[in-house]
Amino acid sequence: MSPEAVLLKPKLSPTEHGARLFFLACAVVALGQMFLIMLFLFKESLGLFTSGTSLKEFFFSVNWYPTYDSPEFGSLALVVGSLTVTFFSTVLAAPIGLSLAVFLACLAGRTTREWVKPAVEMMAGIPSVVLGFVGLVVVAPLMQDILDIPTGLNVLNASVILALMAVPSIASLGEDALSAVPGEIQDASYALGATKWETIWRITVPAAMSGLSTAVILGLGRALGETLVVLMVAGGAAQIPHSIFDSVRPLTATLAAEMGETAIDSPHYHALFALGTILFLLTLAFNLLAYWLGRYWRRR
Amino acid sequence: MLKSGLALCLLLLISALGGEIWAEDLPRGETVRISGSTTLLPITQKAAEEFLKLHPQEDLTVSGTGSGEGLKSLIDRVVDLAGSSRDLKAAESRRAKEHAVMLVRHTVARDGLAVIVHPQNPVGKLTLEQLKGIYLGTIKNWSEVGGDDRVIVPINRDSSSGTFEMWIEIVLKGQRHRPDAQVQSSSGSVAYAVAGNRYAMGYVGLGFIGSGVKVLAIDGVKASYEAVLRGTYPIARDLYIFSRADSSAGAGRFLQFLLGPQGRALLGAEGFVPPAGAL
Repeated sequence: MSPEAVLLKPKLSPTEHGARLFFLACAVVALGQMFLIMLFLFKESLGLFTSGTSLKEFFFSVNWYPTYDSPEFGSLALVVGSLTVTFFSTVLAAPIGLSLAVFLACLAGRTTREWVKPAVEMMAGIPSVVLGFVGLVVVAPLMQDILDIPTGLNVLNASVILALMAVPSIASLGEDALSAVPGEIQDASYALGATKWETIWRITVPAAMSGLSTAVILGLGRALGETLVVLMVAGGAAQIPHSIFDSVRPLTATLAAEMGETAIDSPHYHALFALGTILFLLTLAFNLLAYWLGRYWRRR
Repeated sequence: MLKSGLALCLLLLISALGGEIWAEDLPRGETVRISGSTTLLPITQKAAEEFLKLHPQEDLTVSGTGSGEGLKSLIDRVVDLAGSSRDLKAAESRRAKEHAVMLVRHTVARDGLAVIVHPQNPVGKLTLEQLKGIYLGTIKNWSEVGGDDRVIVPINRDSSSGTFEMWIEIVLKGQRHRPDAQVQSSSGSVAYAVAGNRYAMGYVGLGFIGSGVKVLAIDGVKASYEAVLRGTYPIARDLYIFSRADSSAGAGRFLQFLLGPQGRALLGAEGFVPPAGAL
């Protein structure tokens, strides 16, 4: 039987039918898990608001004093902490990551590319604890020596280390997007007399814009969700930073530092789940933004 | 050189993390399971080793999960003994009552918190009142307490730790610390951060005093085993082990060993002080 005949066969064989059911079951399980996790997060968060903390206090207070006799659970400083390091790491990582992507996809010779690309991808595999350790023992003292600031554990340090983590993912995804641009339209550009620079800047990059924006947002999502690095190098002060040399405490660091020692079913426990819910919603928002940006650029 | 040092540190970190993860699924049966405060871990671990040497037929597993988690496991009957660096919270007593569990408190040791600064910091002593001012944020510069003109960078432990609770209770008298105080999630990392920063100060258990940091005298007394034992050092507390009234016989035998003369002898070696009235 030729392959085409198999493909065109209207009725599924028992094996194929079984495989179909199996994959369907996998999809249902994955979706179900997702749904249950969401349900659990929301349910456990609710306990905070039934135990005397108002929504207004939780979202707009900057005071995070969870273990005091009269505790206060204000998440604003933590949310701002998360967004600050995410913002600065993206500002650092996006230009480097995208330039690397352009270099790999459009400019590098074959041999260079064969060496650089695996190296970049390997960088993505460095465990975050190693990078956090580098931030702690190398970057922090260096920053203090050079800039003469009171602490090297601050927004800038965390952003630099998070950027190191985001660059490989942005470069790798960006390169895929640029390589997927059909060669014909680039050839057409050259045929019209455009230089290499004009072709890259005016033709290839705009055509890959959908994939490039997704790459940046996914890199940003990685910085937002990263825990160990910010726990080690962001300094841990639950305050709104006034400069990039101030310490901050992102949401993830708070969860990691406090979850282990918290009495179950205490308001503190529920407050940590509420922080988890905020983190979940932020991640969801970034994913939706990536999806929306991707569609927007594809339509243009 | 740097590479091998880094690799070693990583290995230690990974093994520390791994230890905690594996300790979660403790086997059920005749095994005595001990969990709780990481502050007490050096004592319980060492005592368990010695106990097993003397009584090879017994079976013990020791893990460190933090006081809160340990007490929860004790109430849930997942472990038989729980170390805690603080007394029961109201919520925990309530939970024990709901689960019809009777908890018994045993004082195992006394512990003091040493206040540490960078070795090159000229400040050698502070009063409890000045410490309070520094952590509340009313004192912001070392020059206000007799040091160089440098900003003070105070370091806290994470707010769920027993160490932090003790600090807030004894030094801050329950008042809120300044929001820009840094946080480190273990005593070891507080010592590390202070050793590397001339602006910083922090507090650690007596067992964490090393050569890289300078210990300050508080109200004229420097933190030491003798000072904590005699009760002259102001920042000190008791450490407890909790059992259930119906904990297994094996748990009772281990507790007896730990609270007896052999257990006491181990305390000093691990940097702790026997409880008041023990000597």
